[in-house]
Amino acid sequence: MTEENLLLNPALAKYRDCRPSQVQKDYWASRYVLFVENLSVSFDGFKAVDIPNYGVSHGELRVIIGPNGAGKTTFCDLVSGKTPSSTGKVHFDGRDISGLDESEIALLGIGRKFQTPTVFDSLSTYENLLLALPGNQGWRKNLLEKEKEEETVQVLEILKKVGLFEQRNELAKSLSHGQRQWLAISALIISKPRLLLVDEPAAGLTDKETEKTADLLLELAQDHTLIVIEHDMDFVRRLNSTVTVLNEGKVLAEGTIDEMEENEEVMEAYLGR
Amino acid sequence: MIIHKDRLVESRSTFIFICLLGFVLIPALYLGGILSIGDINMLGRFMTFAILALGLDLLWGYVGILSLCQFTFFCMGAYAMGMHLAHHGGPEGIIDSNGWKIPACLFVVYPYEVGESSGDALVPGFWKPFWNLPVTIVLGLCIPALASFVLSFFVFRSRVRGVYFAILTQAIAVACWLVLCRNDVKLCGTNGLTRFDVIAPSGSLFTFNPVDATNDWKGVHADNPNMDLNQDGFVDQLDYSIANVGFSLSDPGVQLSLYLITVTCLLGSYLLCRWIVNSRLGKVLVAIRDDEPTLNFFGYKPYKFKIFAFCIAATLAGLAGLLYVPQMKIVTPSNMEAVRSVMVVVWVAVGGRGSLGGAILGALVVNLLYNYLTSEHDYGFFQWSPDYWPIFLGLMFVVVVLFLPKGLIELVDRVKSTTFLKSIKKQEAES
Repeated sequence: MTEENLLLNPALAKYRDCRPSQVQKDYWASRYVLFVENLSVSFDGFKAVDIPNYGVSHGELRVIIGPNGAGKTTFCDLVSGKTPSSTGKVHFDGRDISGLDESEIALLGIGRKFQTPTVFDSLSTYENLLLALPGNQGWRKNLLEKEKEEETVQVLEILKKVGLFEQRNELAKSLSHGQRQWLAISALIISKPRLLLVDEPAAGLTDKETEKTADLLLELAQDHTLIVIEHDMDFVRRLNSTVTVLNEGKVLAEGTIDEMEENEEVMEAYLGR
Repeated sequence: MIIHKDRLVESRSTFIFICLLGFVLIPALYLGGILSIGDINMLGRFMTFAILALGLDLLWGYVGILSLCQFTFFCMGAYAMGMHLAHHGGPEGIIDSNGWKIPACLFVVYPYEVGESSGDALVPGFWKPFWNLPVTIVLGLCIPALASFVLSFFVFRSRVRGVYFAILTQAIAVACWLVLCRNDVKLCGTNGLTRFDVIAPSGSLFTFNPVDATNDWKGVHADNPNMDLNQDGFVDQLDYSIANVGFSLSDPGVQLSLYLITVTCLLGSYLLCRWIVNSRLGKVLVAIRDDEPTLNFFGYKPYKFKIFAFCIAATLAGLAGLLYVPQMKIVTPSNMEAVRSVMVVVWVAVGGRGSLGGAILGALVVNLLYNYLTSEHDYGFFQWSPDYWPIFLGLMFVVVVLFLPKGLIELVDRVKSTTFLKSIKKQEAES
């Protein structure tokens, strides 16, 4: 029996929900960049997320889909520390990160893009990215040091890449919705996280913009680990990677998008048949 | 490579404006006999309010934190300076059993315990550090800084924000006011600290208590046959006070100097604030105003930046208080009333929130108007009564909010841009 299907072995299935031993932890850490165990959160008795075991491998591009209220965004909230979990633990890179606050988790290397693009309206596009640069999060350094030449170059490079170079001095509030989405994604990229949680990157974009966003994410996936939450099936198909289906806070199925479309349980959850 | 036009960079014109107005125009008008020394004194006081407004603008305009207790921090500085001046004020009073002269303002409202007589009054221990001027200045800046740090550390770390924070600071302002109005905290109750006489006598610069100061004075003037100035049979601190070794606060030269010191401090405060808002930290502050929760996900801890801004604002308020008292010559708890702190918000809103020049302009304009419009004026067809002031203030506030959302500074900007455009057109026509 290989290590890979250790957890899927029916004979061992009853152990799946048990606390892992150190050996298991080490195994997970070597295999998964993000691993959650027994993770659950309830709001007024309603279990929004309840996942016994779930892991994302190093360098993987994972798409999470699911009907409305399936707990996709809540899952991201739990991982990034926005919502404290009711039970369970989140391991990132072999470290238990449950209970840390958002900024500590961000500094460990988990970046997050929200469903609605969150940019700082009264700052220019350039300054938005300047703030996202890693390594300048203390107040003393921010007060006493100007941006370095290479940091400026870095920001300008990424602005050119996403096509916002012309708007570099414009205030973020004057950007269109698509441009704001890209600014938010650029801010995520420039902060150099090891794991990116991208929540609905294609929401409200035109077809052409969606295509471009997908290409950008695919390019990112070459040297980052990504978790993408998306509704748009064409977009998901374009990303062409492992899909996890969440329903009612639980992992329903996992596989390629084609497999999911043939899976009756998944179709039932989605279409309510 | 400079690649971004930075609209947060304060233009140089505010700096020039302060210099020209503060150092050239007003002193020139005084020397020309148009302004009296009383006017200079008043303008000096309004300049201290401008320092206060600068602090609030940094806090409210840039970080979006509405603080309604700026005058509480102001009073911490003001009372520090008040106690210092009271120590050195006037010949009247008695010497307590520890050899300290009880300040006149404290002596008249001293809260005696049952059975105590006037001979049992003592200068409270917490008054004593304020004998020394440098210590007073340091404490006048450090006490508000420390108080604001303790307050903001607990409040911002537990993520109290927005209206809740504003209400909290308002409550703190009222509570502090009530405490200060009490007679038994030995800060002279509602009477306030007064009867100030001289500033910066040599005894306040180099000694830490009146006994040493008096001895030093006696040493210097030992060959003077008549040192018992009040002729009570002793050469003591009362005689030292009468000798008036310092700069009299009623001397026009001293008042002008105090005014010039205030303008210098205003300029310094402005440069400090400008340096902060133009640094990278300034961008973080604006980002906190825009969207604080998101900033967490970039790895920032917004509460640290908010504490920093709050402490800077409080320290500037303390500085304003330190400068205000020698020019006002009295400080009472009425400075601490909740209404006063709300007025600071009005100055900043009228002048221009989020613009440092606007805060200064607002503080000066509103206070000058207040000064003018709270006396009676007969315009022939119309009799202006001081009672109309609140109506006028409300009207002005509404007009500014409706027509000049960015404050009076917007008006200045418009004038500037039209003249600028005109000059460009002129150049084009010529070429």
